[in-house]
Amino acid sequence: MSGAPESSWTVKVREKAVEALPPEKLLPDGQPTYVASWIYMFGVASIASLVVIIASGSILALKGPAWWHYTGVGHFFNSIHMWAVELFFFVMVVHLWGKYWMAAWRGGRSRVWVTGAITFLVAVPTALTGYVSQQNFDAQWISTQAKDGLNAVGVGAFFNVTNFGQMYSYHVLLLPIAVVVLVSAHVLLVRRHGVVPPIEVGARLASVPAADGPPPATAGAGS
Amino acid sequence: MSHAAASAVMGAVFNLNHPAHVVHWHFIKLPLANVIVIGLMLVAFAVAIALPFPGAARRAAARRGADGSYPVAGHPPSGGAGR
Repeated sequence: MSGAPESSWTVKVREKAVEALPPEKLLPDGQPTYVASWIYMFGVASIASLVVIIASGSILALKGPAWWHYTGVGHFFNSIHMWAVELFFFVMVVHLWGKYWMAAWRGGRSRVWVTGAITFLVAVPTALTGYVSQQNFDAQWISTQAKDGLNAVGVGAFFNVTNFGQMYSYHVLLLPIAVVVLVSAHVLLVRRHGVVPPIEVGARLASVPAADGPPPATAGAGS
Repeated sequence: MSHAAASAVMGAVFNLNHPAHVVHWHFIKLPLANVIVIGLMLVAFAVAIALPFPGAARRAAARRGADGSYPVAGHPPSGGAGR
């Protein structure tokens, strides 16, 4: 078997990827001890909620509006989906507050902060398109209110929130893909730069050359 | 259980058969439900900071070591914290 030529784009991509995110950073077996705090749990809680949203939403998409409106199991999954969204925004906002007061953009983490902020902004229309895709009077009311709002800010020509097909496509395909891509980028950037330390710890760390210090103190994986 | 009885049970948690309650203070006008959720988020935020994490004290003690000093190990994997 001949080796891949050095000019191969796959080799270049692999080398760049491993350089940016070596396996021990991509899948670490420990975290700094300062991560052992409840305020650090809201990021992973957001991801857990997102997993439930996507799983329940996939089932709703498979079964269709008649199922989620007229059957008991459909009602159940409809509620699971809705309450997972409520939980997602709840924990994401607390995560945002925690990181804001932690100044989580410190230490070269600006892209981590920006991807998180954009994820929040994209998640809002993802939820809105879900509300207007319900196929009931609630959806009618919300879509007509949203129509006026979107027209008022001058983007009404691009989005027709009273068009179920268009909104459903946005809700089950385009916007979820954007959210998942952004969340994936956000998590990979966190892996690359490490979880942001508390401000006082960060200041102490900045005054010490890391290369001469002892190995990082770690807590158990996932803590 | 009849449909009417089921509706009565489901509707017993909160009576929604009325216009929404609104909190109106100067230019701020928010549905009561939203105010409650915002309040719960603030409570969750405060509790998350105040409540000790299981095992955190043990880890911190182990990290401080026998001499009681507070080492600066545990630097983030990259990025130079504090900049």
